[in-house]
Amino acid sequence: MAEEFFIQGNEACAKGAIAAGCRFFAGYPITPSTEVAETLARELPKVGGSFVQMEDEIASAGAIIGGSWGGTKSMTATSGPGISLMQENIGYAFMTETPIVIVDVQRGSPSTAQPTMASQSDMMQARWGSHGDYEPIALSPSSVQEFFDFTIKAFNLAEEYRCPVLVMADEVIGHMREKIVVDDNIEVVARKKPEKTDDYLPFENIENGTTPMPAFGDGFNIHVTGLTHDERGYPDTNTPETHHNLIKRICDKVLNNKDKICSVKSEGCDDADIIIVSYGAPVRSAVEAANRARANNQKVGYVKIDTPWPFPDEQLKEITKNASDVLVVEMNLGQMYYEVDRVLGKDTNVHLMGMIGGLLPTPDEILDEINKIGGN
Amino acid sequence: MSEKNRFLPYLREDRLPHIFCPGCGNGAIINAFLAAMEKAEMDFDNIAMVSGIGCSSRIPGYLKCDSLHTTHGRALSFATGLKTANKDLDVVVFTGDGDAASIGGNHLIHAARRNINLTVICINNNIYGMTGGQISPTSPKGSFGTTAPYGNLDSPFKLAELVAAAGASYSARWTTVQIENLVLSIKAGLKNKGFSFIEVATQCPTYFGRKNKLKTATAMAAVMKANTVFKSAADRMSARELEGKIVVGEFANIQKDEFTENLERISVEKSGKKTLINSAYSTEL
Repeated sequence: MAEEFFIQGNEACAKGAIAAGCRFFAGYPITPSTEVAETLARELPKVGGSFVQMEDEIASAGAIIGGSWGGTKSMTATSGPGISLMQENIGYAFMTETPIVIVDVQRGSPSTAQPTMASQSDMMQARWGSHGDYEPIALSPSSVQEFFDFTIKAFNLAEEYRCPVLVMADEVIGHMREKIVVDDNIEVVARKKPEKTDDYLPFENIENGTTPMPAFGDGFNIHVTGLTHDERGYPDTNTPETHHNLIKRICDKVLNNKDKICSVKSEGCDDADIIIVSYGAPVRSAVEAANRARANNQKVGYVKIDTPWPFPDEQLKEITKNASDVLVVEMNLGQMYYEVDRVLGKDTNVHLMGMIGGLLPTPDEILDEINKIGGN
Repeated sequence: MSEKNRFLPYLREDRLPHIFCPGCGNGAIINAFLAAMEKAEMDFDNIAMVSGIGCSSRIPGYLKCDSLHTTHGRALSFATGLKTANKDLDVVVFTGDGDAASIGGNHLIHAARRNINLTVICINNNIYGMTGGQISPTSPKGSFGTTAPYGNLDSPFKLAELVAAAGASYSARWTTVQIENLVLSIKAGLKNKGFSFIEVATQCPTYFGRKNKLKTATAMAAVMKANTVFKSAADRMSARELEGKIVVGEFANIQKDEFTENLERISVEKSGKKTLINSAYSTEL
């Protein structure tokens, strides 16, 4: 039996979090993400969970990392100004391999800019926002259903790879209302408890890179630090090999599993001359534009990137191999465009349709761009 | 000489020697903490420690319990999440004056306001030791540091008073020359079900001392002792008489609602069960 709901994107995100086993939320009010916090403030106590309104976003990110080591799946939600403040502790979570979920409902940026308008201008911050080398996982929902589904997926990926996972939504998806279907059988990945052996190493340099983590209080007496640490978790800040091995493992555990993590959807690309590449809310217009172009006998297809990070190089290359031109549609002045150009630029003409101001690009506007490229 | 310190079983011996300078007060404070922990009859295995960045924040790394060495100033936010996720843990935070009162000042007053059940030991050496002797928010006006070559222009925070005013149910200040009182206050803090803040004024001969013509730990201890005034006496002294003095004693010791107890009460009201513990490991919620 599946249940149906007609709800707002941010509410669907909160619902997805609870379905995924999230029992701790710490956050700070910020438009346009606040409904995620409001919903969880109301719903978490009904399922034995806790909600804390923290003093700022720095504290929110810190609190969910503490919550995660306390043995509870933990999440926060914010928007551009808040994700900027969280970067320090997001980096800490990568370094200490702490599973957490961070939802960013993107709004017009930089600075406080356009609180109630949509954008996708935090995409590169999701990738490079904290100092240092790390490989983030980020998901971009294009519908209210996907905001629900991807929040669950984010928790599962966070547990599988012991790392922060970002859900990069936008104001359009956060505030729109749509019908969602909630299945009875939702796949939830539970955290694995390590075996209590004398030689347990919480940061072991193992083949696939991810060691099970205990909760504080389990009797493992582990030390967790943001300093470069050895496999025991003890600081070892001056040995180049220790740092190299740790950071390589933290990056490789994501990079070596890209085929399992990356998700891309496409339609009409096999014979297309022009392919629209998009993610998040603009996908809705991209799909419509591609359909209209097809109806007009233009060879146009589209690619929807579910997981901007890690960037799906191989899938994108394969899908677009027959096209002469690719049009990247995004709500910023070109962020994922650089990734697409890096991957395809040698053999394909990569164009940017970067829109800022807060409005979703319309199918007509995308068709205009296609016609400029020459989609006849 | 070879007699082993009785607190050695609580230490990660494989991490020794520690990084603290000769004459540093951190060793005496670790001893005081462990003595207080035994006096309070705490289960050491149930203690989880959280710290930020700085010399004092390195202490949890030497103690054989779960320890979270976090980002600069943010220890209390991590501790808030940890305690909320598992309220059965006894969460202890080690922090310093720069960590707690400068970069972490906002977290400090808000954790106190929530009266969340954490025991915070704030080691106040009036200087940034880890980075080499810069002035801190508790450096006395006119004192010298590498970033105050002409004397500190700012007035210091009075941390124990600040935290009491912010709403903590327990707040006290002692120095490293009053270990017995310090032990009793840490014990009281560990037993208090609420936010407990114990400030320890301590000597940093390496940086504060060297910059301020107090070259040895004993010289610093002597000055600290001479300048100490008990709160009961200080209450009868004028502001001018108290200039340069270290007021010791308890600044808050009251009964108050505790944050995680309140969260649990709401959980019981709304779901009929206590807040879940270790739920990340379960698919059946």
